[in-house]
Amino acid sequence: MRGAAPYAAEFAFDGMVYAALVFSTIAKGRIVAIDTSAAESAPGFVHVMSHYNAPRMKPMMPWASSEKAAGNDALPIMQDDRIRWNGQPIAVVLAETQEQADYAASLVRATCEAEPATTSFAQAKANGTETAMLGGQPVHIEIGDAEAALATAAVSVDATFHTPYQNHNAIEPHAVTVAWHGDELEVHDASQSVAHNAWSLATMLGIDEHQVHVTSPYVGGAFGGKFMGTHQVLAAAASRLAGRPVRLALSRAGVYRLVGGRALTEQRLAIGAARDGRFVALIHTGTSTHIPGSPHPELAQFVSYSSYATDTLKIDLQWAYLDMVANAAMRAPGEAVGSFALESAVDEVAVALGMDPIELRIRNEPATDPLSGLPFSSRNIVKAWRAGAKRFGWERRNPTPRAVREGDWLIGMGCGAGSHMYAREPGGSARLTLAGDGTVEVAIAAHDAGMGTATVQTQIIAEQLALRPEQIELRLADSALPGLVPGVGSSQTTTAAATTVAAKHEVVAELLKLVRGDSPLAGLTADDVTPRDGGLAKIDDPGRHESYASILTRAGRDELTIDASGGNPTESEQYSMYSYGAMFCEVRVNAITGETRVSRLLGSMDCGRVMNARTAAGQFRGGMIMAMGLALTEETLYDERTARIMNPSLAEYHIPVHADVPKIDVIWTGIPDPHAPLGARGIGELSMNGTAAAIANAIYNATGKRVRQLPITLDKLL
Amino acid sequence: MYAKSGAIRINGTPVPPPDDPRVSLLDLLRETLGLHGTKKGCNQGGCGACTVLVDDERIVSCLALAVQYTGRDVVTIDALAGEDGLHPLQQAFIEHDGFQCGYCTPGQICSAIGMAGELERGVPSHVTSDLSAKRIELTDDELRERMSGNLCRCGAHNGIVSAIAQTHRAGQLSPRSSTKARRAAR
Ligand code: FES
Ligand code: FES
Repeated sequence: MRGAAPYAAEFAFDGMVYAALVFSTIAKGRIVAIDTSAAESAPGFVHVMSHYNAPRMKPMMPWASSEKAAGNDALPIMQDDRIRWNGQPIAVVLAETQEQADYAASLVRATCEAEPATTSFAQAKANGTETAMLGGQPVHIEIGDAEAALATAAVSVDATFHTPYQNHNAIEPHAVTVAWHGDELEVHDASQSVAHNAWSLATMLGIDEHQVHVTSPYVGGAFGGKFMGTHQVLAAAASRLAGRPVRLALSRAGVYRLVGGRALTEQRLAIGAARDGRFVALIHTGTSTHIPGSPHPELAQFVSYSSYATDTLKIDLQWAYLDMVANAAMRAPGEAVGSFALESAVDEVAVALGMDPIELRIRNEPATDPLSGLPFSSRNIVKAWRAGAKRFGWERRNPTPRAVREGDWLIGMGCGAGSHMYAREPGGSARLTLAGDGTVEVAIAAHDAGMGTATVQTQIIAEQLALRPEQIELRLADSALPGLVPGVGSSQTTTAAATTVAAKHEVVAELLKLVRGDSPLAGLTADDVTPRDGGLAKIDDPGRHESYASILTRAGRDELTIDASGGNPTESEQYSMYSYGAMFCEVRVNAITGETRVSRLLGSMDCGRVMNARTAAGQFRGGMIMAMGLALTEETLYDERTARIMNPSLAEYHIPVHADVPKIDVIWTGIPDPHAPLGARGIGELSMNGTAAAIANAIYNATGKRVRQLPITLDKLL
Repeated sequence: MYAKSGAIRINGTPVPPPDDPRVSLLDLLRETLGLHGTKKGCNQGGCGACTVLVDDERIVSCLALAVQYTGRDVVTIDALAGEDGLHPLQQAFIEHDGFQCGYCTPGQICSAIGMAGELERGVPSHVTSDLSAKRIELTDDELRERMSGNLCRCGAHNGIVSAIAQTHRAGQLSPRSSTKARRAAR
């Protein structure tokens, strides 16, 4: 608020130098020569690193290839003369100031030999695709004969949807400040994964994990874009080479060149329905762009795994390979774009049947998980639909397209369903130190990139241990901390919640061991007591109470330290667990210019227990606003001849601005999930899903135009 | 080539202009002076994260060459709060959930104060209906239009807008009241 919170590019070291990158300008080929002579005589020049002199390093380790791997590809970094994408860094120039580094980098001349590259989606498909893999399994599912059922269905829709490349565009660009102290590496990172990054850097540089210390106390937005990247490795290697601390702050264009975003998708969505609206066939197939070794499948089809009951189901995802920067996970990967296609198609079916789209969805509610057959842990989407419809005034909607008009403005309402799978990672842990004065320090390697993690964690721990929030000191985002929360995004909350519950049990058990014979708690077991008023009390006789401070002091202890782990997420094996959203939108579309304004948005969520209403509402609104960009304005434009990004800038990549964003209403069922730790299922990504479809469906209702290609820009409505 | 004489007043303190004429006002603040409150989101004038007040007007400091600001009065987020507490707008941002990651926040706050000055001077915006009006009402549309140069990716828009609107209604948004608060604090 006062501008005093330190972000990664704001740590400084004595003798620190600034880095500037030189990027390749071809998509594929080899570097023949790099001439750095002019750069080396530029004022302030300190050093230059390229594949000629970079230290030998292991390649990047992609997500899930190991417990703490968090890269987006499996590529070597500055280890050979190969160019693998347009925008790949080919040299790092270090100088005394950023201005000097930028200038010197502009003097580097690279001679490259281009090779034929795959730079367009059409070409990539023509080259032949491969069935996508998820967790070692091919993404191809068939239940019954969906094509046959579709062909004979009373009503059917069979359409192709396109969604573009997109970038995260956190307002803080990626940055890292590094220093070597002997063989120890200190890293101040803008990262969602400090423990992962410490391990990754150590592994790639060939040193021990404990020799790398990564902190990331403040992150200026991440959205899935700030895990382990190329730039941290380049900074560490260049710093070692130059013998000076290095600040590497990517330019906005640099972020686009180095960190991929959402992959492009083409999706076939076909639904066959009986006259009464029951789905007899659901087909969700398609192709996403990909690079070999990337861990992020952009599995748009995932939303069709469990959203609706259907007699037959066909799922298939193909990967088309391009020579481009690897895609990353971007807020609700796969689901955000998949729910656009699925929920648009459901709307088309409703139109074809002449049925209310909400009633159609409710009619196709599955009793159990359509794929696994598992019971749902807690599914109250119907309640969310009803509550949302009432609040939004859905009954005022005119189902006839292009029927409501105010002057030049066509007005329409639409809705869409969203869902997000519950995830809890095994192995989450935390260290909790209870001090003699009754305060608690909790160390947990979770992150707060604006999601409110710190607030929510403090609140949960306070609640579990019956303390006041100000008695808790929470330490986050430091790889040296003992606690590890491997989950990121919305799974972080659930993982941390499980850890906290485990910690409470440990604390109770350990404290009881310290209780003295003359304590009011003497003789009680863990089952008899619960935290209450900063201490322990007998559950059915709260008068028998002793404070933590008193227990510790009388036992002659300064503090009590416990390490707790949340254990394995067995709940996901027994239940189908998702969060749900019923999203509502009203748009005004200008009949003359095709300009679309979102005039109202409502999210009605069913996400388990909401831990903190304020941070939850912020997360929901944030996702819905990002989905407005997905629906209407955002697109990373690649030049199809060269695979170079043409709009690597916030001026030409349009994210929603204040003038675009109406007051957004959010409500929730508040029904705790009986099978999730503390009843919470995680919320960060949920509201991305269903919102873009709600907007597109509202546009259809307003104009009678069904646009199946995002973003829905003016030209598509004329 | 450029004026070496004269200092830039930054938060009331005279600062010599940089020797290197390429240094932006933003980099002077962040790198030379260690005033990190002002953020860099794009370095291209596209995001507003670097907004500061110069003689009470808002500018994007990434597009300003520091050497051109000798003799000018620059105020950054770092100096908005007084000894006696936060600026009313800062307080309102907290009460209205006007931020998530906080990275766009300093720019939003400085920009809103500069915007209030533009309203007082009767400077119209794209959505102002009466261009000759002496007093421009800060409607919701005016506010959102005028703040659209300040991007927020976390989606704190609703909170930002209500924080600014409330502070404006309370008569505590204008650069003059901000300057007064600062002087009093000094
Ligand atoms: S950093 Fe100046 S406008 Fe973005
Ligand atoms: S609060 Fe994160 S960008 Fe605005």
